[in-house]
Amino acid sequence: MSILLKDVHRAFGQNHVLRGLDLEVLDGETLSIIGFSGAGKSVILKHMVGLLRPDSGDVIVDGRNVSELDVGELNELRRDIGYVFQFAALFDSMNIAENVAMGLRRMPDMYDDEIMARVSECLALVDLEGTEDRYPSELSGGMVKRAGLARAIATKPKYLLYDEPTTGLDPVTVTVIDRLIVRMKEELGVTGVVITHDIASAYRISDRIVMLHEGRIRTSGTVDVIKESRDPLLRSFLEGRPELAERAS
Amino acid sequence: MNGFVLTPVEYVGRWSINRVRSLGKAGYLTTGALRALRNVEIWGPRLLTQMVSVGVASVPIAVFIAVFTGIVLALQASYTLTGAVPMYLVGSMVGKSMITELGPVLTGLALAGRVGASTAAEVGTMRVTEQIDALETLAYDPLAYLVVPRVLAGVLMFPVVIVLASAVGVLTGWAASLTLLDMSSAEFVRGLRLFFVPFDVQFAVIKSLSFGLIVTSVGCFYGFHAKGGAGGVGVAATRAVVVSSVLILVLDAFWAVVLL
Ligand SMILES: Nc1ncnc2c1ncn2[C@@H]1O[C@H](COP(=O)(O)OP(=O)(O)OP(=O)(O)O)[C@@H](O)[C@H]1O
Ligand SMILES: [Mg+2]
Repeated sequence: MSILLKDVHRAFGQNHVLRGLDLEVLDGETLSIIGFSGAGKSVILKHMVGLLRPDSGDVIVDGRNVSELDVGELNELRRDIGYVFQFAALFDSMNIAENVAMGLRRMPDMYDDEIMARVSECLALVDLEGTEDRYPSELSGGMVKRAGLARAIATKPKYLLYDEPTTGLDPVTVTVIDRLIVRMKEELGVTGVVITHDIASAYRISDRIVMLHEGRIRTSGTVDVIKESRDPLLRSFLEGRPELAERAS
Repeated sequence: MNGFVLTPVEYVGRWSINRVRSLGKAGYLTTGALRALRNVEIWGPRLLTQMVSVGVASVPIAVFIAVFTGIVLALQASYTLTGAVPMYLVGSMVGKSMITELGPVLTGLALAGRVGASTAAEVGTMRVTEQIDALETLAYDPLAYLVVPRVLAGVLMFPVVIVLASAVGVLTGWAASLTLLDMSSAEFVRGLRLFFVPFDVQFAVIKSLSFGLIVTSVGCFYGFHAKGGAGGVGVAATRAVVVSSVLILVLDAFWAVVLL
């Protein structure tokens, strides 16, 4: 099963963010979404878990139309989805272990010692051993980010939505996280959607890359196709050269 | 629209649309919270913590207010009752006004500040930092997790705090009568019992329940719909305090009309 967005429109007041977006994420692939700041990448991801609803169009995840689900069905679906928030969104009243355990506590028949074992395992995956008892406000920005990642993968979801998982991390940690994303796909068969501004990392982890521009997918293709693309706007983005984009428009 | 000035018609129109929209949001939140009552496994474990933070933590301020109110009531009563009126009526006046009116309303207003602001600020911070979204993605109904335990704690604990405060107020009124007014205990108690009916306590408890419901729901409402950053949270907290204080006074009058 996959994720499918069909002709999705979404506006905030006068700000028409998604304008007829069509996007398909295939089963078991990792898809990266790139695009300028404010293009609506986070908005797309929020549609996939039903945090936002489209003004029109359909969002179909795992064969279910997200905007038609009631609270119970939506919660059912959300157990299969892990969401890494752009700003981590850790619960600041809980320590790191409790944060990571939150999703696990909603799983049927998981006992406390199993939960805590899984928490340690996930924290180890993101290089955060020993931070169990600390509070989010006591961690560095990068650590908070990784804790958010640990919380999302804890329940072994079928889908993982990563909103800029490596922004603000040091280069070595970026590689650790990149490898983790690849591992989630290869070992657990996770279908992944990654929003990233890090082109090198997108090349390493993605099966396909799409570029969002003016509310639609401007270009999409495998890593090789994207690397070779002649689209001036895409090139300007990949190479960080605004003058190319000006020529395009 | 010509220029920057809205015509009065437009202004009234927008104002009405916004009011209706708020009512809609409030209705949505209420039905959602009622539905969320089913998810005991989510709100149950959080109820006790909330009862402590709404109730136990409010006791000092409530007692502080009650002590001074009790003293002032006794002095005020003796100042009013001069000449032929018997002094034991001081006991009646302290008891009656403390239990039925001043205990509930003064404590309610103090808790509207304390509980209302902290509820709106906590929930509002969670909203603007996407923690409420995070709850949803982890398959928690935020209404069950945040709203239900807070509102239930308000409904359960406001009466406890208010009854305690009223009792403290009556006791300090008594002490003030003995020490400052040259009354005897027998006199004070005689006055206290003269007009006391058990219904006074029921009346106070009903009021307190409704105050607890209002303060916590209003706090949750403004927190839930907070927008923007720290500024938005501040606005939510301020509105929660102002609106719940006003509603407490309105409700107080409402119950007086309906029940007395
Ligand atoms: N809840 C909201 N209310 C109002 N406007 C919103 C909301 N969420 C997003 N927007 C608007 O939608 C647009 C897209 O926002 P989004 O967060 O998706 O950008 P983005 O592509 O993720 O950017 P970045 O790379 O900087 O994270 C922005 O103009 C933003 O102001
Ligand atoms: Mg974003």
